[in-house]
Amino acid sequence: MRHVISILLENEAGALSRVVGLFSQRGYNIDSLTVAPTDDPTLSRCTILTTGEKDEAEQITKQLHKLVCVFRVSALLEEAEGGLERELVLVKLYTPNRSIRDEVKSLADIFHARIIDLNAEIFTLEFVGSSAESDNFIETLGKIVEIQEVVRSGLVGIAKGSHFMKP
Amino acid sequence: MTMMSGAQMLVRTLEDLGVDTLFGYPGGAVLDIYDALLASKKIKHILGRHEQGVAHAADGYARATGKVGVCLVTSGPGSTNTVTSIATAYMDSIPMVVITGQVGTPLIGSDAFQEVDTVGITRPIVKHSYLCQNALDIPKYIRQAFYLAATGRPGPVVVDVPKDCVRPSQKFEYPEMTDKVRMRSYNPTRLGHRGQVKRAAKLIAEANHPVLLIGGGAQLSGASVEIKNIVERFNLPVTETLMGLGVFPENDRHFLGMLGMHGTYEANQTMDKSDLVLAVGCRFDDRVTNNLNKFCPAAKIVHIDIDPASISKTVNADIPIVGDAKTVLEQFIEVFDEAGYKENVEALKAWWGQINKWRESNCLKYEKNKDLIEPQEIIEAVYEATQGKAIVATDVGQHQMFTALYYRFDEPRHFLTSGGLGTMGYGFPAALGAKIGCPDKEVVLFTGDGSFQMNIQELSTALEFNIPIKIFILDNCTLGMVRQWQKMFYNGNISSTNLNFNPDFVAVAKAYGHEAFRVEKRSELMDTVKKALSMKDRLVIVDIACNTDAKVLPMQQMGGSMSDMFLNEE
Repeated sequence: MRHVISILLENEAGALSRVVGLFSQRGYNIDSLTVAPTDDPTLSRCTILTTGEKDEAEQITKQLHKLVCVFRVSALLEEAEGGLERELVLVKLYTPNRSIRDEVKSLADIFHARIIDLNAEIFTLEFVGSSAESDNFIETLGKIVEIQEVVRSGLVGIAKGSHFMKP
Repeated sequence: MTMMSGAQMLVRTLEDLGVDTLFGYPGGAVLDIYDALLASKKIKHILGRHEQGVAHAADGYARATGKVGVCLVTSGPGSTNTVTSIATAYMDSIPMVVITGQVGTPLIGSDAFQEVDTVGITRPIVKHSYLCQNALDIPKYIRQAFYLAATGRPGPVVVDVPKDCVRPSQKFEYPEMTDKVRMRSYNPTRLGHRGQVKRAAKLIAEANHPVLLIGGGAQLSGASVEIKNIVERFNLPVTETLMGLGVFPENDRHFLGMLGMHGTYEANQTMDKSDLVLAVGCRFDDRVTNNLNKFCPAAKIVHIDIDPASISKTVNADIPIVGDAKTVLEQFIEVFDEAGYKENVEALKAWWGQINKWRESNCLKYEKNKDLIEPQEIIEAVYEATQGKAIVATDVGQHQMFTALYYRFDEPRHFLTSGGLGTMGYGFPAALGAKIGCPDKEVVLFTGDGSFQMNIQELSTALEFNIPIKIFILDNCTLGMVRQWQKMFYNGNISSTNLNFNPDFVAVAKAYGHEAFRVEKRSELMDTVKKALSMKDRLVIVDIACNTDAKVLPMQQMGGSMSDMFLNEE
């Protein structure tokens, strides 16, 4: 099962290594991880995607909370149940001729992706969506054109509506 | 306004925190701290002979006194030598602050002489750690370190101090101590959830086959009085984990002995057949539960622990209660009083009838070899000669289990042993630390010929600081516990467990300036034990030749339930 864990942690040296270390120490997977300071520069927000059994996820949450540098931890719900997830994807494509360029352009329009850099032979696209949408975008693109490089940011998440994760 | 160098602030902070004993070993990166330490009239420095021993001594001091143990070592090898000791303290939740020297901040990351990433190396085995960036971080971090080490689920905290932070030429205004350390990301729960306590209290009062399981958390929290109250109120049978021994008096009729792999038959049977386990400050580790799928099939589990992550980690709790053991048990007593809950007399009478039948197996009886002294006899002799009142440290192996089973502890903080990590070499320095912390108590070490050689160098420390503990080596010329497993589960193949090249321990003791005796005959055992104990102001070693083939029994069968046990050699 897939679990998304949101963490508010002290923005201090070594804090992230404690979080990451905990996962390897206890044998949990990290599928993706993002971290950056929040509007309060003393805190960082970290979103981790992991897979495992339900009780395993619970144990991870408890262990994370035990870290002295961790301020808040919560499990992010699936979108249908009240969670929002987004991921940024950058894709570099080889576009040697006009027909491919046109096809890429129209596909980008359909997916609401933007062309953020181009020269005669290389397009770079930017796409934002959920993990599943990102997968779909990359897969569809790959069917019409040769993909040269893909970068995914890993997901960030937030709860819908009036649920806040604040100090 | 007091202007001080980082080194002076470090010493002053320790003084302000009430530290009177500092275990340490000097080196290049901590020269300035050692220089500042000379001026301290309040702190006594105990110079160990190896950093592992230094930190174990701080651990033993902490276990025996309940205070935070403090040690100071240099960078690089000084800090890596403490790793085993830090891990030992971490596994057993012992409050300890380890101050390590570090190369100067401009050199960090350059592979400088005696540089090692101490914070990185110790990260998985500390409650928290700090790397100071400037002199003013030192008082702040050390105060936080003490607070973290001693509160919540206790544990070791490392404070890494780069050399340029303690430079004598740079002085700063010393920030005076304020009352309380506040950390927004750290707020341990002390008080249990009242609704949960009420629900659990009802279960306890209504249970037909209840059992009280006490772990190290109750030891650390000091919950003996509350436990006694509850046991007597409901006439509960009591068992303890290795770390819980002594919290409840072992000579009380309610006590069933230790549980688990080498627990007593009656304790494990009682657990297995119980319908309610009230677990206080334990973490259900694999040496306690045996096969989790077969663990206490009929029991509801009420689990009190200050660490939420210890609850439902291995054994699922029906009623989890996060909180400090002593505080939560006080809440229980309130609820019992309010609700007027009393002993379930009929049910408990039948339950005790059953338990007393299990007791009849007399699982701790052992046969005495005609010529050779049995290890159990040694523990019993020392128990008798000390009237069960000594603080007892052990190393790890057969002698550790024999001590747990045959020395009956009636008071908390009297049994010091590496339970979680199982560190050979722990006992001797820990016993020294305990004696320093409790100079008026008799402190005894049971060790093995294998374990003792893992920190034997501390004999020199004991002489320098005149630490008169009594050491009993259960000398069977083998790594007894490993050999036991080889005999029982590896077709009797003896692989690298013979210790036929042991030194003459009496001669070693004498070389280090101590008194020592060798015992080979049963008839000499008791007299020699008494003679050693009578030499109040000296460290004495008694090296006792004992039966190599003795086995620690009873023993749970691997993969079985709590009650599946080997009771004897057949």
